[in-house]
Amino acid sequence: MIELVSQSRCISCHACVLACPQNVFDSVPHAPPVIARPDACQTCFLCELYCPADALYVSPLAHEHEVVDEQQLIAAGLLGSYARAMGWKRGHPGGTENDLTYRMFEEGLIQP
Amino acid sequence: MTAASDARTSSDTAPSANTFDADILVIGGGPAGVWAALTAATQGLQVVLTEKGFVGTGGATAAGNTTMIYAPPQSDLREAAIKRRWAQAHGLADLGWIERVVDEVHLRLNDLADWGYPFPVDDHGRSFLGSLRGPDYLRLMRRRLRKAGVRILDQSPALELLMADGAAAGASGINRVTKETWTVRAGAVVIATGGCAFLSNALGTNGLTGDGLLLAAEAGAVFSGMEFTAQYGIAPAFASVTKGIMYFWATFTDEAGNELPRTGDRQSAIARHLLSGPAYAVIDKASLRLQEGMRRGQPNMFLPFDRRGIDPFTQRFPVTLRSEGTVRGVGGLSIDRHCATNVPGLFAAGDAASREHLVGATSGGGGPNASWAMATGNFAGKAAAAFVTELGPSHRHRRTQAAGGIGLRPDGARDHALNLSELTEAVQNEMLPLDRNYFRTGPGLEASRERLNDLWRAARRGLTSSAQDIAKTRETVAMLATARWILAAAIERRESRGLHRRLDFPQTDPAQQRNLLAGGLDRVWARPAVTHAETPAPIHSREEALAS
Ligand SMILES: Cc1cc2nc3c(=O)[nH]c(=O)nc-3n(C[C@H](O)[C@H](O)[C@H](O)COP(=O)(O)OP(=O)(O)OC[C@H]3O[C@@H](n4cnc5c(N)ncnc54)[C@H](O)[C@@H]3O)c2cc1C
Ligand code: SF4
Ligand code: SF4
Repeated sequence: MIELVSQSRCISCHACVLACPQNVFDSVPHAPPVIARPDACQTCFLCELYCPADALYVSPLAHEHEVVDEQQLIAAGLLGSYARAMGWKRGHPGGTENDLTYRMFEEGLIQP
Repeated sequence: MTAASDARTSSDTAPSANTFDADILVIGGGPAGVWAALTAATQGLQVVLTEKGFVGTGGATAAGNTTMIYAPPQSDLREAAIKRRWAQAHGLADLGWIERVVDEVHLRLNDLADWGYPFPVDDHGRSFLGSLRGPDYLRLMRRRLRKAGVRILDQSPALELLMADGAAAGASGINRVTKETWTVRAGAVVIATGGCAFLSNALGTNGLTGDGLLLAAEAGAVFSGMEFTAQYGIAPAFASVTKGIMYFWATFTDEAGNELPRTGDRQSAIARHLLSGPAYAVIDKASLRLQEGMRRGQPNMFLPFDRRGIDPFTQRFPVTLRSEGTVRGVGGLSIDRHCATNVPGLFAAGDAASREHLVGATSGGGGPNASWAMATGNFAGKAAAAFVTELGPSHRHRRTQAAGGIGLRPDGARDHALNLSELTEAVQNEMLPLDRNYFRTGPGLEASRERLNDLWRAARRGLTSSAQDIAKTRETVAMLATARWILAAAIERRESRGLHRRLDFPQTDPAQQRNLLAGGLDRVWARPAVTHAETPAPIHSREEALAS
């Protein structure tokens, strides 16, 4: 579930407030949004893609909250790691041309 | 007209900034909804698309990625894909439908390529159109919708339909951010709200609570295939990611490290074991080439592992099964070949509709469902456009009436004992446990039905809502309603077939090779589709040719 809006990175663009499918965030005028409804988070990681500043961290734990440390996440390369793996940059899509999903169908084990 | 019903007519409300007139209202902005809206707008009609979350991140496709059935006309691939669908459908699919879905999807995937979706190129230099990344796909569609002039309402769940002389005539709802209500009057409505997974935390499904099914039922629509819903996705026990594809290369073990006996499919092997103890998986059968393919193809599969410091290719991790209900199950609104429900002006597409025509009694995950959403979105958009054109501009002057009941207009005084989290938990208690819903029994289903009928009666009488919790209230009762249609159909089908497993009737009974309809609100029913009108005739039949 969503655990972090980095106060140092966030540029208060409010993209995440609109883009979260579960309406987890509330806008705050001229300030980073707040995680107003943490328990509504569905652990879909999509807000990380829409954030232009790599300021959000979604813990993979779907049922419990965990305390995270921003510096540790940065050191472990985890802030913004989903967007980087996808090839999204500054909240904009990209990277589908590098999608190697087709390899999963090469062996003929799976046929849609 | 009584005072109560008078108060519900639209003429009482002065038009406001949040009242829109449109030709077509599409409810739900996943793949089915975006294609329906785009197709209708391309025919020159005014379209409003309303989405509970955000068009681009809402729904099951956005959070996952979807494998598609990509099969060019006249190719061996096409013939093989059609035969495979037919063979896996447990006798309940329709060949004409399979063919037209496959052919429609081929055209629409090529549209996406033309519009600039950057498809990857394989090692032989061929474009691979057999998979779409959800967030990229839906973002592209959002751009197309804007270009086509579709008005998008984000963060705007529909709460009830508007009716005019027995025909669907729009909907009203609320904006979750501003808490303002909105109303859209339209000549036709497309329900594209996806399925219902009972807040199981399966990836991308918590916004999928069966809302559109409830709205349609309040207008009198009926369902089909609701018993084929005992669908569960494999996920790491701690995580939401129910992406099943990696487990094709997994070894499953028990606590002691013994391999789980494999009779039946993967899910069933795990389900049986989870009844008594934890189960584990390791993805140890994937070649290095494939491992790289998975990582660079489906990055979200690895988020749970990378963020917990687990190497899934060498270290085993606990797994669980999360209900995907009607999402990767089958059942939904019963539709004819134009995606029309039995209610005039009301159409359905994607997971909100029964997918029996394409997949029969089996799960449509892994290609069919996303293909169905794309194809039926287009069919529904076209048919709704034709319906509105036939209606003519006079539809704008119809008197409309709100159709919503439970949670909006209680029969009695407010019951303070009713609480939304407890109601949700009560529904989940019947729908999520493996020993109730994966493995079903007649007495178990009947006991579930009794408990949920009691809840329904109480909620019908005394459940009220405020602007703060109105959306959540309707989600909760939509789950309750959906669970009751599932139970009614599951009780009625006294055999096992596909995604319906009855411990008391473990065999498939050839005499029950027919669809079951379900419906009703206060009085829920299920029965075989018998009359000619109820079982849409096959579009055309090549069954014998294929059987040979
Ligand atoms: C993890 C996972 C992986 C999958 N992988 C595959 C695959 O590889 N291949 C495949 O074929 N299928 C796959 N599926 C199934 C596929 O994702 C769905 O079939 C597809 O998303 C259906 O599209 P849809 O538009 O009908 O519904 P959805 O994509 O679920 O969209 C429905 C939309 O309606 C909105 N909505 C709901 N209620 C309301 C309301 N009251 N008012 C307004 N809007 C509302 C929701 O917010 C949502 O955005 C997968 C499903 C899951 C869960
Ligand atoms: S993970 Fe999904 S539900 Fe949770 S805050 Fe981010 S976008 Fe919203
Ligand atoms: S999207 Fe990122 S930068 Fe923008 S408000 Fe949200 S956290 Fe801040």
